[in-house]
Amino acid sequence: MDGRGDSGVSLTTLLEMPALLRHEEFTGLGVGIDERQARLELRRQIGRLEAELASLFGEAFGHAEVPHRIGPVAVAPRVLDLGELEAVRDCLAERVAEARGALVERQRVEDENRELVEKMLAAPQDFKWVRISRQDLGLHGCGHWHSRPRLGPIGMLMGWWRVKVSSGCPLAGRLAAVDHEARFHS
Amino acid sequence: MAEVAAQRMGWDPPPRQGWVAPHIASEFPGLGIAWVEIDAKPGRSPEPVRRRLRDLSDRTYGSQAIRLRERPIPWAYRVFYRQIGLDPDRTRTPVEQLTLDRLHDGGFRSRGLPADALNIAIVETGVALRAFDADRLAGSLCIRDSAPGEGLPGGAPGELSGGTLTIADEERPIALLFGPTGEGYAVEQATRRIAIASVQVKGVPQIAVEEALWMAAATLESA
Repeated sequence: MDGRGDSGVSLTTLLEMPALLRHEEFTGLGVGIDERQARLELRRQIGRLEAELASLFGEAFGHAEVPHRIGPVAVAPRVLDLGELEAVRDCLAERVAEARGALVERQRVEDENRELVEKMLAAPQDFKWVRISRQDLGLHGCGHWHSRPRLGPIGMLMGWWRVKVSSGCPLAGRLAAVDHEARFHS
Repeated sequence: MAEVAAQRMGWDPPPRQGWVAPHIASEFPGLGIAWVEIDAKPGRSPEPVRRRLRDLSDRTYGSQAIRLRERPIPWAYRVFYRQIGLDPDRTRTPVEQLTLDRLHDGGFRSRGLPADALNIAIVETGVALRAFDADRLAGSLCIRDSAPGEGLPGGAPGELSGGTLTIADEERPIALLFGPTGEGYAVEQATRRIAIASVQVKGVPQIAVEEALWMAAATLESA
């Protein structure tokens, strides 16, 4: 019932208008304003966003810089009001969006680098001295792909280029074995 | 339920459950405080406790520290910090602070008892624990907001702005919730009875709280 053409409804609405402007009479009108419920809902949203941000932070760590900090709202712990909770929720939502953006951007760069490595392997002479590390591809370890001439200056003059794949860092286990061996011999 | 679990673990007396001011409890369902009192005095940690810290150090890696905030209990504390206006990346949750210290120092450093007992329990369970001088406590512990004009013992009267969340006994606030302890209530050389208190927030299971209290108490008692 929308009350169009019903003078009774219009009259009721007019009579209630001043009351609508007074917050404390909302309950009497049956509007039912419960800020506590709103605060609980905001706290639930904060929990969900925090989980999302934590997951993105973990995923991006070591690959991309993810903005994850939001400043404190209070100097000492206290029950935050609706506006403050909203501010925390909005900041977290912003950080989550920024973190997602940073990860998407990082993924794009890694995909481009992967394509570049494939092109380098196919035609090393077109990518002279280009060097792509495993980190640039989002991989662990410290190896890299490097387009270099065979036989140094001769290769440069002759156009003999190749992609050299480094074997990465020595493993910790191997180093430990070397230490052990050195101790054994001394 | 807590009592039954405690009896099952052979606790006598069982951990005591503190109360939360009703208007705070209605805002933060799941918030709670429980504590145990133990006859113990502070001092150097014995070798088994220090060995346990070393074992814990060997089991804690940087990768775990990064993923720590995704685990349910540390996450629950981070969320609660956000909800009470603290930034968990500045005011660290207890387990995150200890893990960061472990990475910074290269191991969990022994800080004597009861700190080591608490640290072991915090790192193992993720539950926030703190210690008080039990002989100074008046009645039950509770979580409540400060009244206007109240301050922490040793601090300026009225230093707490009204509504600050505190841990209090039946007389006065004795510590900020996840903040400093009032003068005279922290464990000192003269302390002969120690109260270990856990602050539980929504998302932290009761069993984890009991385990944390039991672990810290057992470590202290065995020393």
